[in-house]
Order: sequence, then structure tokens, then C-alpha cells
Amino acid sequence: MSVEFSFDDRSMTAHPGQSVGAALLANGVRSWRTTRFGGRPRGLFCGIGVCFDCLVTVNGEPNVRACLAAVADGDVVSTQVGDGHVASATERGADLTSDGRGDERD
Amino acid sequence: MSVTDPHFDVAVIGAGPAGMSAAATAAGHGLRVVLIDSGRQLGGQYFRHPAPGLTAPWLSKLRHGWSHFEQLAARIEASLRIDVLFEHQVWAIEPGFTVRTDRGPIAAANVVLATGSYERVVPFPGWDLPGVVTAGGAQALLKGNLVLPGQRVVVAGTGPLLLPVAAGLSVAGAKVLGLFEANPLRGYAKHPIPLLTNPSKLLEAADYARRFVGNRVPVRSGFIVIEAQGADSLEAVVVARPDGTGRRRIPCDALAIGYGLAPQIDLGLTLGCDHTLLADGTVALRVDTDQRTSIPDFYAVGETAGIAGVQTSIAEGAIAGLVIAGDRTGLKALRRRRDRQRTLADVIRTQHPIPPAWRDHLTPDTVVCRCEEVPAGAITEAVEHLGATDTRTVKLLTRAGMGWCQGRVCGYAIACLAGGGTPTDLLAAAKRPLARPVPLGVLAGQDQRNN
Ligand SMILES: Cc1cc2nc3c(=O)[nH]c(=O)nc-3n(C[C@H](O)[C@H](O)[C@H](O)COP(=O)(O)OP(=O)(O)OC[C@H]3O[C@@H](n4cnc5c(N)ncnc54)[C@H](O)[C@@H]3O)c2cc1C
Ligand code: FES
Repeated sequence: MSVEFSFDDRSMTAHPGQSVGAALLANGVRSWRTTRFGGRPRGLFCGIGVCFDCLVTVNGEPNVRACLAAVADGDVVSTQVGDGHVASATERGADLTSDGRGDERD
Repeated sequence: MSVTDPHFDVAVIGAGPAGMSAAATAAGHGLRVVLIDSGRQLGGQYFRHPAPGLTAPWLSKLRHGWSHFEQLAARIEASLRIDVLFEHQVWAIEPGFTVRTDRGPIAAANVVLATGSYERVVPFPGWDLPGVVTAGGAQALLKGNLVLPGQRVVVAGTGPLLLPVAAGLSVAGAKVLGLFEANPLRGYAKHPIPLLTNPSKLLEAADYARRFVGNRVPVRSGFIVIEAQGADSLEAVVVARPDGTGRRRIPCDALAIGYGLAPQIDLGLTLGCDHTLLADGTVALRVDTDQRTSIPDFYAVGETAGIAGVQTSIAEGAIAGLVIAGDRTGLKALRRRRDRQRTLADVIRTQHPIPPAWRDHLTPDTVVCRCEEVPAGAITEAVEHLGATDTRTVKLLTRAGMGWCQGRVCGYAIACLAGGGTPTDLLAAAKRPLARPVPLGVLAGQDQRNN
């Protein structure tokens, strides 16, 4: 059994239960974000959800920690540019008001 | 699942070895327990394992003491008194106690903080290149996903974690080009008693040593990585003695680096728990012999009480469980075991300081704060020209340490660069307002740099 997903329009496969970051590395991708100010490439660093270096856009939602999120069948993963709002908004063609939350509710 | 339901006797935060042991023990004595973890499985760092169905012929070789995990997991799964909540991130604990998670609040009479640790890395030129990962991160990637960070890997930094990491990478098929331990290891010879009274540690170390010989991993002590090189990802590292002599360039596609682990104690600090500075500059919650913190009914076990390894975590979880349940049988023996292990942990700490010379290898454009992309030059400027003398002022002037990770990654470095790494600086750097994740939307609102 395997999971099919895409990264910047390339199709890739992964094992169920792997993280998005692990799946990308296994497919030879080392970086999936460019920084907000210097435009520098970043990928996995702490591997346990602490550093936030591995942020990536998954199914239009930016700022997902690739080392924590499990990759799911059909996921559309894309390089996150800066804080992810510009790229993801164009991708989705709409929703400019999204704040990319998805975490805290309380 | 969201818990509106009542009152638990005990909320255990973190389902690693320490939290599992606390939960199993407390529930075994009839208490109602909620065991909360942000991840998707039991086991924490040490017992991290791949999802069902994902396996490799060498998987069993990554595992030490696996039967301890199986026993703890079986006790938890069989218990009707434990609610296990995965994918719940705790971001604050309020007196009383209300445990605030990203999926709603949970009420509990006692709290056991078992949130473990994270790895400390000091900056060097190029450390922000993809391909540079923390040693524990490489281990987590491997143990949890069976994926390697690269094919040709250098392992470096200081501390006992480097051994299992290098062994694991090598067993899984990576070419480990070298293990560079920053500190000379002859100091251990001065502490034979703690080593001899903890034979399982010695056996584990001997096992790794045997494997290194078998897999031909060159081990050098007294060397640090002074630079990572590459255009868009790592292509080589430069290692040298801390004073810069003995330089060698090693082409590689991954660097697994770590300068020891630091307790993850924000939740306790925010609540006002007393804390203490340890010999390696890390800050831990202060506990008594029963794992009580300074806040009544609030316990710290495992790495939150200071890094001491998996066996200590398991013993301390059991101690807290027994104490909360009011059963003191067996407590004495557990305490003795814990004390013996903690004595060894204190020796290990003194043998693996971060060599202060890391600062000498920074260049003005070396990124120090990875989140806010603040270079060393900006920090020097704040200190030398703008008169900043403490961490807080440097942060305000440069935004260093104010990004997504809230200073977890660069806090130690900033404390050293800003104030010289005095105890006051290190203690101040450990204090952070929230245990995260600060909702990213809120941070996004602060993102625009206004200078
Ligand atoms: C990345 C990493 C890899 C390591 N690998 C090894 C190794 O291979 N060998 C070795 O000997 N030692 C390793 N260690 C050291 C290891 O941490 C200890 O040996 C042991 O796992 C400590 O047990 P613990 O229960 O105290 O903490 P941990 O095992 O770290 O467990 C803490 C748990 O708390 C959870 N948690 C943390 N914060 C929150 C929160 N706010 N809300 C909800 N849940 C939270 C975490 O998800 C985690 O499951 C590693 C440490 C790290 C940081
Ligand atoms: S790699 Fe650090 S948060 Fe994902």
C-alpha cells in the first residue's frame, strides 16, 4: 500500500504514516520553503516540531510543519514562499482573508 | 475528540517513557488519568517507531529496551482509567488545574509534566542550509519514518546522543563519514563510580562501540564543525579543533549536529515553577525527591527535571504516579535507582559543555536567529553600538528569538552573544511567554518587520 501525493506538480509516493517532510526527503527533495526576508531555502531541521523551519503549504494551507503532519493520499504539497500567503492565495485563486491558522481554537 | 468531561485525577502531559510510566502507575492505583501528546503515538523520542505496516530488516537494531516500551504500552492500552489524547498540543496550564490544548480545555486535580526535551545547536556559518539537521532530528526521521537525512552523513556536536544517532544512520545504510565529539572524553576516567553503578549505560555504550568498529565509523574527539558549505543545500562541512587548527573539509549531503538536549519546560515556567540552572547551561524544573515542583500537585518527570536518559524518565514517572496515588510501597527502591542514574547524568553533563569557541567562527552574516533571519552582525551591532547588555534588549532591537520557535533554537546563543552567557542570561532566555504553538495567524500579523 502506498500514498500518492504531489509536490510542486511532480507526483510522488510515500508510505502511509510517514510525515510530509520524510516523504519529501525520501523523494530527493531537500527544501520546501523559502524564507520571508532572504528568500533562502529551508527544509527539515529539528525534526520534532520545535523549530518551525520545515513549514510547507499542504492543500493550500500554509505554515504546516512538515516534520509533524502525516502525508495523506492525494495531498497537494507546494513550496512555501515567505509566510505562504501570497503563493497559497494565488494557488487557491481566492481566499485572501485566510490567516493560515488551523492550529489554536480554544 | 474533545474532553468536556469532568475532572481527571491526573493529567499527564507527554506520552514519552516518563509520561507513559506516570500514567500507567497512577491508573494502576485506581486514579482517572488523561495522557496527552501532540504526536500520534505512544513512546516519545526514545521509543519513536514507524506507523504499522512500515518496516525494514534493520528496524530491530535501532531499538534498545523495546520490552520496556511494550510493557508500558500494554498497561496503558489495557487500562480503562486512562484516556489517551493524541494530536493535542498543550499550550498553557492554569492553576487549579486547567490544561489548555488546541482542542479545548481539560480539568485535572494533579498535573505531571513529561514534555521531554529538544536539542541545542549553536550557530555556525551555513547551519541554515537544507541538509543540516539536529542529531535527534535525524534519529526521529529514521526511527519514525525509516528515512535518512542523506546518504553521506557527518555526525557532530557533543553528548551521549551522538553515539546512537551515528549507529542508527549507519545501520540503516548511510555512509557515516565521521563522528566528531567536541569534548575530549578522558574526563570520564575521573568518575568511575557513577559509571560502574549504572551497568546498563555501559553495556549500551559498549554495544555502540562494537557497531562502530563493525561499520567503520571514524570517531574523533576534540573537533567541532566550524562551517557548512553549499549553494542551496549542504555540500560539505569543515571540521577543526575549537581553536581553528586541524581544519578538514568533508564533502557530504547531511550533517546531524547536536550540542546536548535542553528540557522543554515552558508550561511549568509560565505557571511559576521554581527552576534551576544545570552544569551544561540548561535550565530544568526544580523537583523534590517525590518529583514535586514548587507548585503543589504539579510534578515534573523525565527530561523536564533535567536530561538524564530513558531509564530515569521511567523511574521518575513511576515515582510521581505512586506519590499522587498515596502509595509509598516500592518508592524507596525507585528513588534509589533514580538517584544513582541522576548522579551519572550530572557527570555526563560536566563532560559535554559547549566549547565557547563556537563564537569565534561566526561571520557577520551567519544567521543566528533562523526564524527572523537575524545575522550575527546585527546582534554585535546591538551590543556594541546600541548599548544592549542583556538578552531582552537584544531581542527587542533585532527581533532575534522572537519568531515562530520563540527562541528555543537560538535562545542559548543569544544569551551568550548578548550578555556573555551568565546564569542570569541563561535563566532569562529559558523564559518564554507561551508554550506554543502561538497560533500562526497571530504571528503572521507580527511578521512585517518594521525597521
Ligand atoms: C529528537 C530527539 C531524539 C532522541 N533520540 C534518542 C535516542 O535515539 N536515544 C536516546 O538514548 N535518547 C534519545 N533522546 C533523548 C530522549 O529524549 C530520552 O531518552 C527519553 O525519550 C526521554 O523521555 P521523556 O519521557 O522524558 O521525554 P520524551 O520522550 O521526549 O517525551 C516527551 C513527549 O511529550 C510530548 N510533548 C512535548 N510538549 C508537548 C505539548 N506542549 N503538548 C503535548 N505534548 C507534548 C512530545 O510529543 C513527546 O512525545 C532524544 C531526544 C530528542 C529531543
Ligand atoms: S523540523 Fe523543526 S519544526 Fe519541523
